[in-house]
Amino acid sequence: MSGGHDYPHEPTGVETRKLGMWVFLSTEILFFGTLITTFLLFKGRDFPGIKLTDVYDIPFTSISSFILLMSSLTMVLAHNALENEDQEKTRVWLLATAMLGAIFLAGQIYEFTEFYHKGFELSTNIFSSTFYVLTGFHGLHVFIGVVFLIGLWAIGQRQQGLSLDGGMNLEFIALYWHFVDIVWIVLFTVVYLI
Amino acid sequence: MTKIIEPAKRTNIFRRPSSEYGFWSWVTTVDHKKIGIMYGYAAFFFLLIGGLEALVLRIQLAQPDNSFLSAAEYNAMFTMHGTTMVFLAIMPISAAFFNYLLPLQIGARDVAFPRLNALSFWLWVAGGLFLYSTFIFGTAGAPEGGYLAEEVGWLGNAPNGGWFGYQPNAGFKYSPGTAMDYWALGLQILGISSLVSAFNFIVTIINMRTKGMRFMRMPVFTWMTFAVAFLLAFSLPIIAIALFYVTFDRQFGTTFFLVEGGGDPVLWQHLFWLFGHPEVYILILPAFGIVSEILPTFSRKPLFGYAAIVFAGFGIAFIGFGVWAHHMFASAISPVAQAGFGLSTMVIAVPTGVKIFNWLGTIWGGKLNLKTPMLFALGFIGMFVIGGLSGVTHSIVPADTQQTDTYYIVAHFHYVLFGGAMFGIFGGLYYWFPKVWGRMYNETLGQIHFWTMMIGFNLTFGPMHWLGLQGQVRRTWVYAEETNLGFWNLIVSIGAFIIALSILIFMANWIYSRRKGEKAPFDPWDARTIEWTIPSPTPVWNFSKAPEVKALDDFWHAKYDEDEEGRAVRRDTADALLLQLEEEGLNPEEEIELPNPSYFPIILASGLPFFGYAVIYKSIPLALIGAVLLLVGSFGWAIEPLEEEFTTKEEEE
Repeated sequence: MSGGHDYPHEPTGVETRKLGMWVFLSTEILFFGTLITTFLLFKGRDFPGIKLTDVYDIPFTSISSFILLMSSLTMVLAHNALENEDQEKTRVWLLATAMLGAIFLAGQIYEFTEFYHKGFELSTNIFSSTFYVLTGFHGLHVFIGVVFLIGLWAIGQRQQGLSLDGGMNLEFIALYWHFVDIVWIVLFTVVYLI
Repeated sequence: MTKIIEPAKRTNIFRRPSSEYGFWSWVTTVDHKKIGIMYGYAAFFFLLIGGLEALVLRIQLAQPDNSFLSAAEYNAMFTMHGTTMVFLAIMPISAAFFNYLLPLQIGARDVAFPRLNALSFWLWVAGGLFLYSTFIFGTAGAPEGGYLAEEVGWLGNAPNGGWFGYQPNAGFKYSPGTAMDYWALGLQILGISSLVSAFNFIVTIINMRTKGMRFMRMPVFTWMTFAVAFLLAFSLPIIAIALFYVTFDRQFGTTFFLVEGGGDPVLWQHLFWLFGHPEVYILILPAFGIVSEILPTFSRKPLFGYAAIVFAGFGIAFIGFGVWAHHMFASAISPVAQAGFGLSTMVIAVPTGVKIFNWLGTIWGGKLNLKTPMLFALGFIGMFVIGGLSGVTHSIVPADTQQTDTYYIVAHFHYVLFGGAMFGIFGGLYYWFPKVWGRMYNETLGQIHFWTMMIGFNLTFGPMHWLGLQGQVRRTWVYAEETNLGFWNLIVSIGAFIIALSILIFMANWIYSRRKGEKAPFDPWDARTIEWTIPSPTPVWNFSKAPEVKALDDFWHAKYDEDEEGRAVRRDTADALLLQLEEEGLNPEEEIELPNPSYFPIILASGLPFFGYAVIYKSIPLALIGAVLLLVGSFGWAIEPLEEEFTTKEEEE
């Protein structure tokens, strides 16, 4: 980064940008931790009105969860392709990852609208409020990830293509993407399954 | 001969900014020193506003049954005073120190992410202005059964639910109007700013240290910055989520904190103090770091128990996450929890005590040089001990329930945050004044400032101890004549104006010395850490070549040797070394590439307040403006290389 040629960098051996992402993700754990704690706190309490169990469709959400998990696989494939300096494949897998993420988001939007029509609204009861804020916050993360991926794909269209040490680094975004996927595994279990 | 640098070609949405002087150079800068200076000035501006709010409060309380302020105005003033001092004064002044000093102390050319650093600053400015725009756009309605609408007045159109925003008092029912929304969303923006700078500082300290700067050779100020960055990174997400809930409750009809909808007001208290208690250490640890730099320098002795001070700092930071409920002894928490948090509160006094004794050990037997920074550091120790001791009394739960919501608490946290944090910060401002400006401050005025502040401070906050124990409650705009609290309240108010006078002396000194002060010698304090091995004011490039560090207090060891009895003896070569360092520092051998200025941090930051307004006024166009600014800012940022390819021309002068 900045500095003359004699300047030493990264005494830890971890690339600075990547280290920054790790620190960022560690705070994300606190963000989601606070949300999940609130969710679990209110889950056990009595509340009037319709419940999530009355409206949800486990098979549907399972499929969309599977799609999101598959996007982690395509992300790995994109990274692998870039390591082998195959620009073409990198772009294909990047776009595939973004599309899978977008399909997951579409599924979430569909699910939310369905719930709304069945009377499970944001302010129906304390449970519905925590549900929407928690899963919506995750959805926002997926959305930002999709925007990043498409941006990366667009940058990859340039002549020089992508590299592993550019500004918007593929590895950097991959870390974020995998994290968002892992969070969904936790959320799916906590919110839908138990 | 001067070097004219021009960007090679237009590669982005805008032409790369290239001015090195004047307005635009500050707006677009990514230089940690300029950002630090801007943080300092802007935070001082807010410190003055917060101070004025305090003076207004003290005028109201100077006499019993006073009517200078209405209840509504008083609520708004104490809320804004607290919020301003915490988020817009002390935190950013600490950030000014972090920014300016951190890279210099670890021998780096800049922070790890220079543009993110600029983003933090502009986000902070955006958040502060957004919060204060409540005085123009905000409204604080009259709650049912509360004061009357006509009592709100102009001053009252500000957040009025306290800096702690307890729910449901700060919810829409008891705090109608938009003022509390400005508070919740403003803090959200300020929180993002601090989070970003926390990432930046953590990565900088881990990855940007110069040759030989091992962790256990870092100056204590750098260590405390490290601890604060971790505290910020792990406590701010909690308050961010809690503030989301508040905004949802107030804007979108949810009931997270409203009992009637199945919500839980105590949840807010837990989430707030889970952030709020680490926040206390976020405010005080920078001062610990500053004082740990000043004391050894002015005692001409190494810091006593360096490792112990470092680990105590991290001990405080760690235990700081486990004491939050001692703010809630009067709330609905179980006796077991009360006992547990009482104990952990006693435990946290241990590492704090370790630090105090180490500081005393440092000055013990030293050749004390009682310059202004040293006076403030010593004042810090004294005042902080008083504040710390009154703090430990809160761990005794029955006593605490007695003290809750009285002026005893106000006395306690002002001894810690003013007598502690602010004294440390003033010491630091004097200590590094020559480093930043290349001139010396006026010593006489500095000493006068210290003594007036010391007297004013103790007159203001000392009597609050017994006022509180006599039962004067906080956050209440009047007290009755019959309570006989009038005399000491008048003394307190007089003290507050003496503090104001001392601040004026400080400002006069600053403005005068900044322009007309004596030129600072190289290494004016015979200092120990490597930021003093470069010329003052610091050249743009910091170090002309990467320094190599061989020991803790490297600079001192370069100047001093030990005789058989362990006394420091100045080396014969020391003076020549200083001359050589100055010469080398001003004339780098090779051309130095620095990160280039950028428009995008300020563009990105300016987008967020629009989102805030959009949420408050449910306006799609405002959200779109915000989204466009965010998009332009982040996209332009992403495709902009950190360092432009430059063509350099050399021109005869």
